[in-house]
Amino acid sequence: METILFYVFSTFMVLSALMVITVHNPVRAAFFLVLTFFASAAVWLLLEAEFLAVILIIVYVGAVMVLFLFVVMMLDVNLAELKSGFVKNLPIALAVALVMFGTIYYVVGGSQFDIHNFVPPERHAADYSNISELGKVLYTEYVFAFEIAAVILLVGIIAAISLTLRRRPNTRHQKIEEQVAVKSEDRLRVVKLEPQERK
Amino acid sequence: MLTLTHFLVLSAIVFSISLAGVFINRKNIIILLMCVELMLLAVNTNFIAFSHYLNDTAGQVFVFFILTVAAAEAAIGLAILVVLFRNKRTINVEDLDTLKG
Repeated sequence: METILFYVFSTFMVLSALMVITVHNPVRAAFFLVLTFFASAAVWLLLEAEFLAVILIIVYVGAVMVLFLFVVMMLDVNLAELKSGFVKNLPIALAVALVMFGTIYYVVGGSQFDIHNFVPPERHAADYSNISELGKVLYTEYVFAFEIAAVILLVGIIAAISLTLRRRPNTRHQKIEEQVAVKSEDRLRVVKLEPQERK
Repeated sequence: MLTLTHFLVLSAIVFSISLAGVFINRKNIIILLMCVELMLLAVNTNFIAFSHYLNDTAGQVFVFFILTVAAAEAAIGLAILVVLFRNKRTINVEDLDTLKG
């Protein structure tokens, strides 16, 4: 049963990864990347990494890919020009990919990672909580790295905002701080006038 | 029966596909960023497979941090991309030759 599920989801994963790199429209590529993330989340579930599978869907599909889609749809790109080198680069891409896969397969495809050396562990009981197991080590052993990850995210926020912030001086907008700090003397001027006689 | 080799070969395939994608889509920065995300996904699958078969949660903690850094990287990369498009009206890699590289 697990093997069938693994083959189904890994087929999905490989096919949609192939579609990501071959479709002409970046919006479609983003959607196929979403499908790849879903399939790999399922594969991670088979490996009992429930928390990370859920995080992959929430963070990647929910945030990163939506960001990608926003950017792809906001930019007005000339697609025909961007795709022009497709056929020319195909042979070298195939060659590099095959060499890469061959070398990795030479390492991992042998008998050193097979069922005798890495026995599949027992399935955990139904009340096993992956989140609490992960949380125990995350907040004790790796708490310093966890803080650094938070700082990296903060740096990411500040960098992204400051890069894309654009000040346009000739547009009309409210200056809230001046409006709030205004005093009555700025708005109302009391003028002493001598009474004038009617002629 | 699923062995570690299954998962390692799967992630090797995905990694090779994304490497081929970098070569095929040499001009489109958006697809290049997507290929980098795909590579990180393959690496994360490796980490999780080893974590499962060695019965050690450290691998999953690493994946957690890789996901964090990758999210920050995607946000900054896309911000740079938006600024680039605003200034040069193109995302073609071959037009980005201001540094004469």
